[in-house]
Order: sequence, then C-alpha cells, then structure tokens
Amino acid sequence: MSGILGGLIGSFATALTSSYESIATVTVGSGGASSVTFSSIPGTYKHLQIRAVIKSTNTNNGSNWLLTANSDTANNYAVHQLYADGSTVGSNGTASYGYAYGNQTTGTSNTNIFAVSIMDIFDYSNTNKYKTFRCIGGYDLNGSGDINYRSSLWMSTSAITNINIIANGWNLAQYSSFALYGVKG
Amino acid sequence: MAAGSTYTPIATATLGSAASSYTFTSIPSTYTDLVLIVSGSNAASASPLMQVGNGSVDTGTNYSMTVLRGTGSVVNSFNNPGDTWFNTFMSPATGEIYTVTANFQNYSNTTTKKTALFRAGAAGGNVIAEVGIWNNTAAINQIKVLLSGVNFNAGTSFTLYGIAAA
Repeated sequence: MSGILGGLIGSFATALTSSYESIATVTVGSGGASSVTFSSIPGTYKHLQIRAVIKSTNTNNGSNWLLTANSDTANNYAVHQLYADGSTVGSNGTASYGYAYGNQTTGTSNTNIFAVSIMDIFDYSNTNKYKTFRCIGGYDLNGSGDINYRSSLWMSTSAITNINIIANGWNLAQYSSFALYGVKG
Repeated sequence: MAAGSTYTPIATATLGSAASSYTFTSIPSTYTDLVLIVSGSNAASASPLMQVGNGSVDTGTNYSMTVLRGTGSVVNSFNNPGDTWFNTFMSPATGEIYTVTANFQNYSNTTTKKTALFRAGAAGGNVIAEVGIWNNTAAINQIKVLLSGVNFNAGTSFTLYGIAAA
C-alpha cells in the first residue's frame, strides 16, 4: 500500500500482531434468520466487540436487533439510549428489560443499504460485577437516517459464554453479518 | 472457536509540515473493516473531511450523513445528503487538538453501498456521532482526509487499521 501527501509518497507501517482477535463470524444465508448465536465464548479475553452489518426482512427501516447473555430472557437488563434521526434528538430507557439493546437495521425498501453497529462488551468474564454493553449504530438513506448510542446493563455476575442476537419479531436478511472479536487485557 | 490476531495497522503518517490533505491509496481488500484515526489540529477552524473511492477518490455529490451533534450547550441532529465528502462537522478552534475515528465496515464488498460510522470531538468545538453513506457499491481502496481551504498543522497523524473477521 502507498500514500499520497501533497503529491509525495509517504512511509508506512508494516503489519503487526495485536491483542485484538477475531473469534467468530456469522453471515446470514439466503433463508434469513431470526437469531444468531455465539456459543462457547472463551473467557480468555478482557473485553468483547461485535461489529455488524444488518438488514431486516421488514420493508421499513428501523427494526431493532436485541441481545441476550447466556440465554437469559428474564427482565435482568437495564437499557438506555441516545437517539437522533436527523431532526429529533431524544433519550429514554428502562431499568427492567428482557434484552440488551443492539441497534437499528435497514429494511428491504433499500436493497443495497445495510445498517452498521459496533458493540463493546466490557469485562465479560468477570464474576464479581454486572456486565455492561455499549453500542453505536445506525444508517443513512440520503436525506433521512438514524444514529443511536445505546447502553445496557446485564444484572448478573456470571461470565458471559453465550450471546444470542435476536431479531425481535422479524428476520435478519441475507448477508447480514455479525463478527465477534476479543480484546486482551 | 478459532481466533486470529487482527486490528492490524495498515499505514500511518505524521505530517512533518502543514498540508491540506493526506490520502491512503492501494488499500488492500483483505480485511473486513477499516478503522481510520485522525489526531491533529488545523491552521484555522475547519472540520476534517473524508472522500473515498476505487482507483481515485469520488468528488461527486455522492455522500450523505445523519449527524448527532453536541456543541457544549446545545444538542441537535440533522441530515446532510448530496455532499461531496463525509463532513465531521466538528469545527475545532484554530490549533485545537481533535480526534476523528471512522469505521468503514464491509468496505471491500461490491454489492452494497458503503456505510460508515464516525465519532469526532474537539473540546472547543463539537462532539459528533455520525453515520454516513457513500452511494457507490465499488470496493473502497482509497481514502482521502482533507480540509477545505485550510491546512492540517504539522504533527497531525493519520492511522489506518484493518480488521479481518474470522
């Protein structure tokens, strides 16, 4: 690779190893999927990150993907969000919810536009504290769109070994992809 | 689950003298996502801009953004379609150090328009969360970071990372 600075060729770094590792990736097939699961997540990292490109099978945009830890669907999550849609900015949340917040998706009305999300899950294997999730994501549709910053708390001290990503009443469309990474401490 | 090291630095540059732009070219397609971090300051107040492309950067009106902006006193949101670049809308003060992080996900696929997430902040300017789209399905292999009519100060750095999914 090369670079251009004021017409001159710059200098570049060579590839290095890092403490950020790809653990697993799931890409939705032609039939769509109602959920995506990462199981047997090793406890050898300090933090996890999920990087996603997402489209729903709904016609409309703005469906929300959700997430459970260790298949816990009880109201053991607290969630908050800061949202903006190009005109309105708002914030809301609830102290008792059955899922952690993911983020929004595009719909089938925009055939080649996917929403994107980046979620961090901090200290996921620590058995002395509740687990926190942070997710930024959204989409832009040339004059409309959504950008959301969301935070969730799973009120459990269990180490997270299983993550279930859920399309709540809809399906993830083909080529939606969720990549799980581990960050060493 | 198999694991492999990634978040690989592809290229980095620090300006030895003032310049109006820096361009990453021939970006390999071997990663899943790109992360670009800009840390620097300007000779005058101006928001860093980005253009992307394949073979050359796209200077047409093919960029659109949805922005969440905090000014230090007001929070607002707006759409910015039909622009000739991704605009970070950060408005740093002259000489003020700022940071921009841009995530280009699935940047090398050739079937979808490219959506990117931006976070940017300048203590004397704005704090920004932004999603943008480049209305082109081509793989991205060039990214240009620029200012409009202003120079980046010497010491401004540009670092590009690649993240490869399993």
